[in-house]
Amino acid sequence: MSITISMTVNGKAVRKELDPRTLLVEFLRDHMRLTGTHVGCDTAHCGACTVHVNGRATKSCNVLAAQMEGASIVTIEGIAPNGELHPMQAAFREHHGLQCGFCTPGMVMNAIELANRYPDPSEETVRSELDGNLCRCTGYQNIVKAVQAGAKAMKR
Amino acid sequence: MHAFEYHRPKSMKDALSLLRKVDNAKPLAGGQSLVAALKLRLAKPGALVDLGALEELGGIKLEGGTLTIGALTRHSDVAGSKDVAIGIPALARLAGGIGDRQVRNQGTLGGSLANNDPAADYPAAALGLGATIKTNKREIAADKFFTGLFETALRPGEVIVSVSFPLPKRAAYVKFRNPASRFALVGVFVSESAGTVRVAVTGAGQDGVFRAKTMEKRLAENFSPDAIAKVRISADDLSSDVHASAEYRAHLVTVLAQRAVAAAIAGK
Amino acid sequence: MNAPLIGQSIKRKEDVRFLTGAGQYTDDVALTGQTYAYFLRSPHAHAKIRRIDVTQARAAPGVVAVFTGDDLAAAKVGGLPCGWLITDVNGQPMKEPPHPPLAQGKVRYAGDHVAVVIAETLHQAKDAAELIDVDYEVLPAVVKVEDARKPGAQVVHEAAPDNTCYVWSIGDKGAADKAFSAAHQVTTLEFINNRLVPNAIEPRAAVASYSRADDAYTLYVANQNPHVERLLMTAFVLGLPEHKVRVIAPDVGGGFGSKIYLYAEETVITWAAKQVNRPIKWTAERSESFLSDAHGRDHVTKAELALDRNGKFTAMRVTTTANLGAYLSTFASCIPTILYATLLAGQYTTPVIYCEVTAVFTNTAPVDAYRGAGRPEATYVVERLVETAAREMKLDPAELRRRNFIREFPYQTPVALLYDTGDYEATLAEALKLADVAGFAARRKDAEQRGKLRGLGYSTYIEACGIAPSNVAGSLGARAGLFEAGEIRVHPTGSVTVFTGSHAHGQGHETTFAQVVADRLGVAIENVDIVHGDTGRILFGMGTYGSRSIAVGGTAIIKAIDKIVAKGKKIAAHLLEAAESDIEYDRGNFTVAGTDRKKTIGEVAFAAYVPHNYPLDKLEPGLNESAFYDPTNFTFPAGSHICEVEIDPDTGQTRIVNFTAVDDFGKVINPMIVEGQVHGGLAQGIGQALLEGCVYDPESGQLLTGTFMDYAIPRADDLPNFKVGTQETPCTHNPLGVKGCGEAGAIGAPAAVMNAITDALWPLGVRDVEMPATSERVWRAMQSAKGKRKAA
Repeated sequence: MSITISMTVNGKAVRKELDPRTLLVEFLRDHMRLTGTHVGCDTAHCGACTVHVNGRATKSCNVLAAQMEGASIVTIEGIAPNGELHPMQAAFREHHGLQCGFCTPGMVMNAIELANRYPDPSEETVRSELDGNLCRCTGYQNIVKAVQAGAKAMKR
Repeated sequence: MHAFEYHRPKSMKDALSLLRKVDNAKPLAGGQSLVAALKLRLAKPGALVDLGALEELGGIKLEGGTLTIGALTRHSDVAGSKDVAIGIPALARLAGGIGDRQVRNQGTLGGSLANNDPAADYPAAALGLGATIKTNKREIAADKFFTGLFETALRPGEVIVSVSFPLPKRAAYVKFRNPASRFALVGVFVSESAGTVRVAVTGAGQDGVFRAKTMEKRLAENFSPDAIAKVRISADDLSSDVHASAEYRAHLVTVLAQRAVAAAIAGK
Repeated sequence: MNAPLIGQSIKRKEDVRFLTGAGQYTDDVALTGQTYAYFLRSPHAHAKIRRIDVTQARAAPGVVAVFTGDDLAAAKVGGLPCGWLITDVNGQPMKEPPHPPLAQGKVRYAGDHVAVVIAETLHQAKDAAELIDVDYEVLPAVVKVEDARKPGAQVVHEAAPDNTCYVWSIGDKGAADKAFSAAHQVTTLEFINNRLVPNAIEPRAAVASYSRADDAYTLYVANQNPHVERLLMTAFVLGLPEHKVRVIAPDVGGGFGSKIYLYAEETVITWAAKQVNRPIKWTAERSESFLSDAHGRDHVTKAELALDRNGKFTAMRVTTTANLGAYLSTFASCIPTILYATLLAGQYTTPVIYCEVTAVFTNTAPVDAYRGAGRPEATYVVERLVETAAREMKLDPAELRRRNFIREFPYQTPVALLYDTGDYEATLAEALKLADVAGFAARRKDAEQRGKLRGLGYSTYIEACGIAPSNVAGSLGARAGLFEAGEIRVHPTGSVTVFTGSHAHGQGHETTFAQVVADRLGVAIENVDIVHGDTGRILFGMGTYGSRSIAVGGTAIIKAIDKIVAKGKKIAAHLLEAAESDIEYDRGNFTVAGTDRKKTIGEVAFAAYVPHNYPLDKLEPGLNESAFYDPTNFTFPAGSHICEVEIDPDTGQTRIVNFTAVDDFGKVINPMIVEGQVHGGLAQGIGQALLEGCVYDPESGQLLTGTFMDYAIPRADDLPNFKVGTQETPCTHNPLGVKGCGEAGAIGAPAAVMNAITDALWPLGVRDVEMPATSERVWRAMQSAKGKRKAA
């Protein structure tokens, strides 16, 4: 059985026929070739697959593409379409908030929602709001700094 | 993932008829537990009936001493709701502590209750507040709803529509998180309403969420942490696993229950 | 001339692609006509395979092929090799049982590879795998280290009937025993160094293809050392000529050791790519990573320290049993020996050390190097002993360390290593200051008033990085060289491509190596690109592990630069009509000594590629040089870590409230990146101490911590802000004076954390807590100490 789904991805309307078991992340990576969204686990803990669904950070490995009917999806490839870095991306670079880069797109996507929710987040808030994103490289300290700085820059 | 049929009905009527007609059909809410189970091939439904398009399952209402929350309300919406913050602030805080941000953005109240994970937070709130679970067929008291590990009183074809929480005088939830899963290693929900006290424990019981009745009795007499300092839950019926022994869980129940009482008194 | 780039916190060149989702990790590779592999794994820890029936699976929709161990055996595919031969105390070589990529006759751990299904889609491959009918005769499993050598224990390999791979020792046992019998004080500890799962966030992955046109294979693989991978796979397993296999390790999402090794999956799909004549992709799910990535640590140790009246260490005796798992992983054998026991001198002048290591097989996943690899285990032994001895002798732990520090270099330890340089007093002094140890008593008092227990612990560690030289390692059993290769290509217009055998998977080589090259060649850093991770482009490489990249790979690059400069001087001499001996070189400028006549590297390069005015009779055109570098010694980074914890006595929950690390990595190229490496290492070390523990069911051998539901790695809210400082005593035997920084945090932190926890609990009578110090373990330690005091 296959089903037809329609959604908006990074501002573009998309309509595809899919096996209903296709996860949103599989749809993005394999069908849309948007490989910036990563898969790091199979239990929805690592957050490497985080994208925005109607503005909300969502683990794209833990929802079916079919559930996204009519939704607006934004991936890491869609936050800075003009080639300049989004303020959150720039803050990660400035504060060395990434090493191997694998968790980074998911981390940035969650951080952007965080900044929208808390324009001036405390260290404690950042640490607790990032508990759905695992990073094995950085020890998080520079990520926390980057998110605080990125949030500040987003207000401008 | 095993193969399944997928349906996204536009009305409750269609949803119910699909659930009735299609073999081994399972309702899908936010999917934060079900999709994970599908991926690990732990669940093998013949069909999924996605309730996501059913707007009538959303909404939060505070009226007449009752807070009613639609089954499909996301955890982050409960956490951020003014009505919930006014009516039962402990519930808002509980919702804000479920899983992580991304899970809260998709996971739903109804999905969590119907799944009845023994370490989930919402079952403790439902039981600890004496909620009423309203389905397409009937109203079920929380005391009768949770029937065992991942088991509820829901029958095939029965779907949660909303949950009504009577407003307590004061309440609090304290969770000790499993450092890996971030589910409750033990969580205790305490509420006090006119004359009655409820203490619901999640994460610890072999059969899922349960009420700590001895504590309730002591607290009804004297709503203070000291009143239950010496009350020990028997470890016999508690779970022991790689994360914690039953004995440690039993110890935590008392510690957390005291902290919950203190928090309820402090209004925190 | 611009300011020197070495020593600057230059922002990373690689970041933009990672931040925009443009990184290319192995699973991002999509080849035309690609199929998907799924490995059927053993559900049992130990079983005989009576029969495998793949008929139904082969006929399932979308299935391209199904292979089992028999198919591989028929094709004469060999076993996965071990790269280090340890010689037993009895003079015999270690036991090396066969390690078939797909099980033959027996499975030896839960997750062992039974068959591979290759299909058009991953769903189809998985569906078909469920149709494979395997008739297992389940056997009892031996799981725990302590059980492996018990009489009558189940035998994992017939080649090792006592489940013993080797017994190995180092040091003078007689002298140690003598020193112990004369000791004023003996401190004894017994502990487990907990088994860990590395958990790089990118799961292992591979994409293999075969080209009939040139009878050649290409393998994309998430790996830390593609040349080693190719060498092992071609020479030992597939019997292919090396020049017909290209291994590409593109962007790799963390390794921490787990991606050093040659694994079954990439080997099987490389072989199978020719059989099916289609590209094949395999990507591990996290549950598969837990089951089948090489794990780390897993030691059981008894350790003793002898001291004289003044607290001088007089001897150390250590007996360790190390779990190697079910098969020998690529470097498994050298981790609990060469990289462990040789580190037991730590920063101290202990004159006599004896260590005996017994390595055992069990029905668990293979165990190999994980960040630190042997050195965290050694540091844990030494630093827990030292701290405990200090408490037992009622001495300040910092003072006891000072009394025993090595102060004269070079220093020959009694366990083989020759430290070239260090200043342990300086790192400790700086750490004491940064951690405000002077204010600890007040903070402890304040914590008590809040009902919390506060403790402070030290760890002054040593590590040995850039394992070397090859001939010495060879005499100790290494089956590979330990050099590194580098190539500098100065293009006609003066931009530079650097090819390095080191591999970056988070370390930032594209920036630090470029800083070194840009600095030495006087070109803008934007005009220097670092290429790594592709056997088709890089002349050779031993890859990245053991914090070796800058010390060994960086030096190979320097050697190549030296050749560029030497040739450039000849060219410049010709262009400037001066004697070669009169040409001086400084960061991109070739100057005639004592004059202002000069040529830049760009001008020299252009002349080399457009050789119109060029000494063609004496010199080849072009400006491209390569070098191999084999170090003369290890490097010896060292540091002082100080941890402060607060414990909730009601629950046993421990929080790290302060963590200070002052490290001496020699010369630092990029402080920002070095600090980041320290943070990450500390996080993993703290993870080991507080959160991480890989647990198998001791009876069934099932992995109980097989997902992130059950195995905790640190999250942002588990960790504090670290206070990090550095001291620089340059390494004496490489031109940059660098030592390496990748593993330090993971090496020093566990002992510091556990010393802090036991400090907090010492007044209650607690002497030790097992890692990970979960809330329950801490609570139980307090309960049992309480019980003991009541009984007394």
